[in-house]
Amino acid sequence: MEFFLISMLNGLTYGLLLFMLSSGLTLILSMMGVLNFAHASFYMLGAYFAYQISVFIGFWPALIIAPILIGIIGAVIERYGLRRTHKTGHVAELLFTVGVALVIEELVPLIWGRVPMDYKIPPQLDFTLFTLFTTDFPAYRGFMIFISVFMLVLLYLVLTRTRIGLIIQAALTHPDMVGALGHNVPRVFMLVFGVGAALAGLAGVIGGNAFVTEPGMAFAVGSIVFVVIVVGGMGSLEGAFVASLGLGLIQTFMVAIDYTFADVFAMVGLDSIPPGTVGDMLSVKFSQMAPMMPYLIMVLMLIFRPRGLMGARES
Amino acid sequence: MSDIKAISIAEVDKGMSGIRRWVFWIIAVVAPLILPLIFDSSYAISMMSQMGIAIIFALSYNMLLGNSGLLSFGHAVYFGLGGYFVIHALNAIDAGKFYFPVTFLPLLGGLGGLIFGISFGYVSTKRAGVTFAMISMGIGELMFAASSVLPIFGGEAGVSSNRVTGTGLFGINYGPPIQIYYLIAGWAMVSALLIYALSLTPLGRMVNAVRDNPERAEFVGYNPQRVRFIILALSSIFAGIAGGLAAINYEIVSQEYLSANQSAMPLLMTYIGGTMHFFGPVLGAILVTFLQVVVGVYTKAWPLYMGIVFMIMVLFAPQGLAGLIMQHQPILRAGLGARLIPSYLYAMVSGLIMLLGIISLVEFIYHLSTEIHSGTEMTLFGISFDIASSFPWVITILLIAVGFFFFRRACSAISSSWNSALAEIKGSESHE
Repeated sequence: MEFFLISMLNGLTYGLLLFMLSSGLTLILSMMGVLNFAHASFYMLGAYFAYQISVFIGFWPALIIAPILIGIIGAVIERYGLRRTHKTGHVAELLFTVGVALVIEELVPLIWGRVPMDYKIPPQLDFTLFTLFTTDFPAYRGFMIFISVFMLVLLYLVLTRTRIGLIIQAALTHPDMVGALGHNVPRVFMLVFGVGAALAGLAGVIGGNAFVTEPGMAFAVGSIVFVVIVVGGMGSLEGAFVASLGLGLIQTFMVAIDYTFADVFAMVGLDSIPPGTVGDMLSVKFSQMAPMMPYLIMVLMLIFRPRGLMGARES
Repeated sequence: MSDIKAISIAEVDKGMSGIRRWVFWIIAVVAPLILPLIFDSSYAISMMSQMGIAIIFALSYNMLLGNSGLLSFGHAVYFGLGGYFVIHALNAIDAGKFYFPVTFLPLLGGLGGLIFGISFGYVSTKRAGVTFAMISMGIGELMFAASSVLPIFGGEAGVSSNRVTGTGLFGINYGPPIQIYYLIAGWAMVSALLIYALSLTPLGRMVNAVRDNPERAEFVGYNPQRVRFIILALSSIFAGIAGGLAAINYEIVSQEYLSANQSAMPLLMTYIGGTMHFFGPVLGAILVTFLQVVVGVYTKAWPLYMGIVFMIMVLFAPQGLAGLIMQHQPILRAGLGARLIPSYLYAMVSGLIMLLGIISLVEFIYHLSTEIHSGTEMTLFGISFDIASSFPWVITILLIAVGFFFFRRACSAISSSWNSALAEIKGSESHE
């Protein structure tokens, strides 16, 4: 029970973080048709910026400044890079974001070096929020959940209750019509790209010190975020939400399961599998399989339900 | 200047006159045979072997990117699994379990690539475009994650073997690197020829049609999904052959073979070389491998340079190097090439100044962030100085600013001389 509850909470934290990343990515994807490969790079930049700012003036200003900076960088990249490639088609746009990701991936170790940063949790939040049976639940995890939920509610309200939100929603499906009505659609694109980047940056700010801030962090998260939007259904925010939480939970639980396939077979009475290639395969622990799980789920999803959990169309 | 026209590769090559095309092919056959006689250092031979493998891999990748418009981020899967097939086969031959001549072992790699190309391709080719890109990346990550878990991949150390095994055909045992080079060169030629021939078949044309207009292709009576599936399976054969050759060359196959980096390499090579011409990927593979081997020795920042070059190509020259070269054909044919030379020289000089500044800046920062423990003195281009003082930085910034200013002017000089040459060609055509 204790294991279950703690894993639930950890999985929830991770899943919400994933959704902060995938929500921006999904919005950009369904609006501009661009799969932004540099999205996870913004997450990494968020963590590094926050570290650097927190060295100078502390964590709390960094929480606000870093995402805004990332948002501005994102908007500039959209305005002066992505918009240029727009006329050459989606593949060129995609490749441009790959280029951005490659360059950021190398610029970060250029500036900060390859060793992990000493980006610490702020002392005000470095205490135990509550103790479940015998396991402590750190206050910072609670703070992460709070920030993610707060941002997501805010995003939801902006998208559904404000004028600009309605224009964005309209531009998702009918950009030409929105343009014909006199709205500056390219500027809406730039805004969405910037806000998406800022959200990814914020995820980096609160994720960087909870996990680890190092040059490999973008790639580690990036591919999982892609899985999230495929499994959730391309362009569906609700689907991305369900898939983020689901993948967060599955990964957290898998890491903690210490059984092998052979153990499972033994439970149902098949305990005489000879050692050999097959026997070796079966002696792999579930916890070791955890890194494979998201991709396995994605492939299975594509075979059995190609439009994802809640995707409206088979793009 | 930057729009890619939707024409098949064979169509473009037909533009060259018949004799020129034959000259081109003869050079492509003869050059690899005599090059090791000229550059006979072991360094050069190992680099050329690497180039040969890269050429097969890049050509196989362009069957997808250029010919079918499929952007794959997981092509290393077929390369790597082909490699694992061959390395396990080598070990089995060593252990005397069966006999197979090493010369034809890359075929087993191709078979490995094909098996996985069929099984993964069935899933991934249901979609084209962005979805295909994501699925291919997911499959790539799946195999990479699997390779660190499943024992058959040999974990982080990988699987190693010994290529000198059994009695070779005609007494060739592939001990010396030069024999391996000729093995790779031979396979590269056969693969290139097959891939080119494939682009001339009806299937090759159908693949182009599916790239340009899948709906129309469906109306003609072809299932685009199946066409994509077939071309992916065929391309994975060649990726497997390349992986198998790499396994024979290095005598080790590790996780690296399946990594995302390995998947990114053919993308960079193909795109920089140019996707719309058959020789584009070849050009890209040779150039990128050369830079990787030569520049990689001097600086740790080479992936950064690579990324910047790639981004510049995407932004300013999506037709790639091959496209840039072919654009000159009408002007050269009209004998107006000399007119472009002054502006090209101008751009080259100012570009070099800017490049010098950018490289210095990157190397300074790299030195500060990674080698600060060895002091602030450093040597670049044979000049020693102390980057703690502001002087080198000022020079660097000046170089970039001056270079950029003149490079911009050079670019407009190029475009005006280009336009005047084109106008003259058009003018003389209308006079005839």
